[in-house]
Amino acid sequence: MKLLANPEVCTNAAILDLWHPLVPTSEIQVGVVRELSLLGQAVSYLSTSPDIYRAWRTDPATPVGTASEPSSVTEGLPILDRYGYLWTSLGVPNGDLFDIPEYDEPDRRNIHAATIGVHCSAPRAIENFLDMGHFPYVHTGVLGIEPHTEVVDYDVQIDADSNELWATQCLFFQPMAAATSTAGEMVGYTYRVPHPYCSLLYKTSPLDESRMDVIGLFVRSVGPDRIEAHMILSLIDDSNTDSFIRRFQQSIFAQDKPILENQNPKLLPLDPRAETPIRSDRSAIAYRRWLSDLGVTYGVIPEGRSND
Amino acid sequence: MTESLMNLWHPIASAEDLPYRHIFQGQLLGRELAVWRADDDFVNVWENRCLHRGTRLSIGRSDGLELRCQYHGWRYANRSAGCTYIPAHPADAPARTICNRTFPSVERYGLIWSGEEPTGEPPEIAALENAETLLLRNIAVNAPLNLVLGHLANYRFSITGDPDNLATTSMDYQDGCSLSLTATCDGKKSTVVFFVQPVDSNRSVIRGVLSNSPEGAERLLTLRHHSAELSRLRDIVELEALDGPSLEPMVATIEQVPIALPEITTPSGRKAALRVQVLRKWATAEGVVGLELESIGEPLPTHQPGAHIDVHLPNGLVRQYSLTNAPGEGSLYRLGVKLEADSRGGSACLHETVKEGDVLAISEPRNNFPLRRDAVKTILIAGGIGVTPLLSMAQTLRNNKLDYELHYFAQTDGHLAFPEVLNELGEAVVLHLGLSPDETSQALTALLAGPQPAMHIYVCGPGPMLEATRRIASEADWPDEAIHFEYFKNTIEVDSSSSFEVSLARSALTLEVPSGKTILEVLRDNGIALMSSCEQGACGTCEVTVIEGEPEHQDVYLNDSEKLAGQRIMTCVSRAKSPRLVLDI
Repeated sequence: MKLLANPEVCTNAAILDLWHPLVPTSEIQVGVVRELSLLGQAVSYLSTSPDIYRAWRTDPATPVGTASEPSSVTEGLPILDRYGYLWTSLGVPNGDLFDIPEYDEPDRRNIHAATIGVHCSAPRAIENFLDMGHFPYVHTGVLGIEPHTEVVDYDVQIDADSNELWATQCLFFQPMAAATSTAGEMVGYTYRVPHPYCSLLYKTSPLDESRMDVIGLFVRSVGPDRIEAHMILSLIDDSNTDSFIRRFQQSIFAQDKPILENQNPKLLPLDPRAETPIRSDRSAIAYRRWLSDLGVTYGVIPEGRSND
Repeated sequence: MTESLMNLWHPIASAEDLPYRHIFQGQLLGRELAVWRADDDFVNVWENRCLHRGTRLSIGRSDGLELRCQYHGWRYANRSAGCTYIPAHPADAPARTICNRTFPSVERYGLIWSGEEPTGEPPEIAALENAETLLLRNIAVNAPLNLVLGHLANYRFSITGDPDNLATTSMDYQDGCSLSLTATCDGKKSTVVFFVQPVDSNRSVIRGVLSNSPEGAERLLTLRHHSAELSRLRDIVELEALDGPSLEPMVATIEQVPIALPEITTPSGRKAALRVQVLRKWATAEGVVGLELESIGEPLPTHQPGAHIDVHLPNGLVRQYSLTNAPGEGSLYRLGVKLEADSRGGSACLHETVKEGDVLAISEPRNNFPLRRDAVKTILIAGGIGVTPLLSMAQTLRNNKLDYELHYFAQTDGHLAFPEVLNELGEAVVLHLGLSPDETSQALTALLAGPQPAMHIYVCGPGPMLEATRRIASEADWPDEAIHFEYFKNTIEVDSSSSFEVSLARSALTLEVPSGKTILEVLRDNGIALMSSCEQGACGTCEVTVIEGEPEHQDVYLNDSEKLAGQRIMTCVSRAKSPRLVLDI
């Protein structure tokens, strides 16, 4: 019998060595072992007491649903409790998680808005998050509306110090940019990709023009073409309820989900000739090149390889 | 085996799967297909993915002429599958290379036939020719083609639909994907032909066609009978397939997008790549003939509203004419040609010499007058025969349900070209007949009374009218980028007396442009083939980016602010004020 490598299981060091979000800590039940899939591998986690967490590769000695803690011989996985999520790594994390300075500002609302399962690859979800051209067609009447379809040129650069991808000077006409909007306006965006599977977007707060609201998309890659996407908000908003703000973000993501699940191939092709980019796709073009340069091969079709 | 299946025609849908405006998702040999019927009844079979980001086109929308992708609103034309519009860049004409992969289609026996690379024609079955056929409910089976065919060979059925009265059945033929069975009972005969569609290695669709079509209650009974018998067959086949070897899914290769060739390697200047036949020629207005051109080879490439073609005339002249029809409207180009009083032989040749049935050489369409489809309102202003590109735009705006007006200035109503199209456009058309130059200026002043945001103006007509429009618009503070002009010809007197030097940055070549020669000619003489069309500074085809030096603009294509910026030059007429120009070629 020939033992075949399971293509679902990630062997790509560039991805394994990263921190990956597991679940929102607000939804972890104390004293019960839970299990999920990360990069094609089963991972168990447990909160032994409030704010104390452990995670390990699933082991029959610590069954799901029990309170049994892994024995001292079980190799634990590294843990981070950051931005409202439990993070882990299946490799050797090369440093700390990216910083979001806004998160710690005292007057901000930090909200876990949604966790949504999508049958797509993590890079397809990130690329969709960076994209403005789809607003009038996918988020009609909210983030965009015909005939205001033009994507004016914006700047994209890779920050030399942090090796993060930034798209700046992005402008788009939006009928209802946020839950707090009352009228259509040209909205300025800044996008930041600090991690192959995580992105942040900064947009002017409708309630305080001098400050930026932050929306984050942290993707857990379940397998190469399946994800659970976490949405996090860090807002200047002292009037709306959490559930109102969450419902707005969830309805936006629910509009993206059927698009993401109808892209073929599901893995993001990194070859520039696999799809047809246009000027307004500068951030996507840069993102694909950046993934190539980082050596990412999981969730993508690497350059020089066809879809078969 | 797959290799030979690639060269056969297969049924991929029932004709009734394709009501107008619906996009059907099909699959053949592992490849997903988007199948849709246009308003002219042409059945489009396209690879089911948008070239931009791979989104399934079957979740998009059809307006009967174009298919719109649901993700970014890219539009693809009926028949050619060429991209006609990219909403993120409304001012730009999409590159002609952006064209979806298409597969041939034929409708036969109530089925839509297609294939990867089919040869010849779909099968002709004698029993189904000239017969009142009845299409059975199609049955999808999770089993390979051969297994399904093997079981179908033993299929038994009743002629009347009575399950207790199964007839004696004989096989008429069987090939790699289909078989025919004839049942005889009490002297009556009925033939069923089964075509099996290979969806994937382990998935097939049985599409049965009956050679006779019973009426009334018997029809329903017959359909139910076959549905029940085939469902039973499916259950048996699927169980057997579960025990069979597991098959790898078929992989349909997605073609890479073509490389956009750098300008320098583009084949030379005025190329007449297409051959067309004059399908129809008629007098559409006083001194204007309409011409409908149909391809005699490959289907005509997609055109966009505002596009023009070069027509290579039998007398050796080359003339540019705008296409008047909207994209997606059949595979033909429609032109309107006015007989010019001072014709140097171009319009006279088309009026007098060219006849229906004649073959002409034309270029592929080029679009230097692209239509934005993101304006809140669009005003089209036509003077005389200048209506031609604006008619294509008006029909496109109408099809897309966008707000527009077409103002048509003409001498009399006898001078109105394509009155049938104007009738169709209805109230959006405003006629201005028999106005003097002063009255025309007054009407234009009223039309351009105040610039409004997100409003765009497109003007085409005789030189003096365009100059008047330019002046009036500028006095009314319209921004240059909101007013779009199409000149018939350059109204500026071209001075070619200067001499200067051009350096080609990318080719590391320096050339001398002597007086009496154009930059374009000097480049051609040195083996650098730029695209060109009108060669008189009106169409914008031979544009090149200026890196250094001060151009002396002599064209009417660039607007004033573009000329002032000095970053682009029309190489067919414009020259240099500085001793040297550095060009980006």
